[in-house]
Amino acid sequence: MTATHLDPQSLIGKALPTFTATAERGRLRFFAKAIGEVDPVYTDVAAARVAGYGDLPVPPTFFYSLELGRPDPHGFLRDIGVDMRQILHGEEGFTYHRVVVAGEELTFRPRIVDYYEKKGGALRFLVRETQVFAAQELVAELRNVIVVRQLELV
Amino acid sequence: MSASPSIDVGTELAPLELPPLNRTTLALFAGASGDHNPIHIDIDVARSAGLDDVFAHGMLSTAYLGRLLTRWLPQQQLRSFQVRFVAITPVHGQPTCTGRVAEVAEVDGERRAKIELEARLADGTVTLSGVATVALGAAR
Repeated sequence: MTATHLDPQSLIGKALPTFTATAERGRLRFFAKAIGEVDPVYTDVAAARVAGYGDLPVPPTFFYSLELGRPDPHGFLRDIGVDMRQILHGEEGFTYHRVVVAGEELTFRPRIVDYYEKKGGALRFLVRETQVFAAQELVAELRNVIVVRQLELV
Repeated sequence: MSASPSIDVGTELAPLELPPLNRTTLALFAGASGDHNPIHIDIDVARSAGLDDVFAHGMLSTAYLGRLLTRWLPQQQLRSFQVRFVAITPVHGQPTCTGRVAEVAEVDGERRAKIELEARLADGTVTLSGVATVALGAAR
């Protein structure tokens, strides 16, 4: 496969489509099961309320999952010629301004903030940052780095 | 917010030891997390990309690090959390999550601790390296 070089100027600063998402209780319980979470605060609304939350708290990494729920989540990568099998997750980061709970409608505003290459383009890095709002309040910020590798795909 | 006077530089979090990751765990995590990339659940796709087998989602180990943090302190005290994916976790890999307080400082009027985090396999391979900041209480 030939190396596809991308134009940093056309990528850096590019705003991706804004979308809304809500963490549903059932989905949070399924997530808790999948990660072996045993703290009832994450599955039992009564326990969550005793702990001071209005509903089941959205656990620290679940914003990543909400962001994956956007319409056509890999459309941007496809448009720039990236095959999903080439992708490695490089970094993921979260800044929290308060705990978000089940049922809150969240607005995600993602944009590409950096693009760079290493090893002559064999490794290409895309950095996306996303602001998450509940109504007008900034509640969390996400930072995602993916690495696109050159692969011999069959 | 609970004051946490016993937390200081060098404090170690009780390690979170996970069972070996089987294919069911990966399938459940794909569904629950919304990460449906078949490279984690379909061996045919993994082989078509030149791999011997599927491997675990990096965000699964990240979620385990999240559990390490939130069983130590309430989630309300978590201010930030970042990870870097250093090596893949193969099927049957057995992660252990650890954390250690690297720094305590006052930021925005509160005492905060910086926690260095790691996920490591039984053979010693570090798979994730990360850092979190947590609030310990009002500034003294």
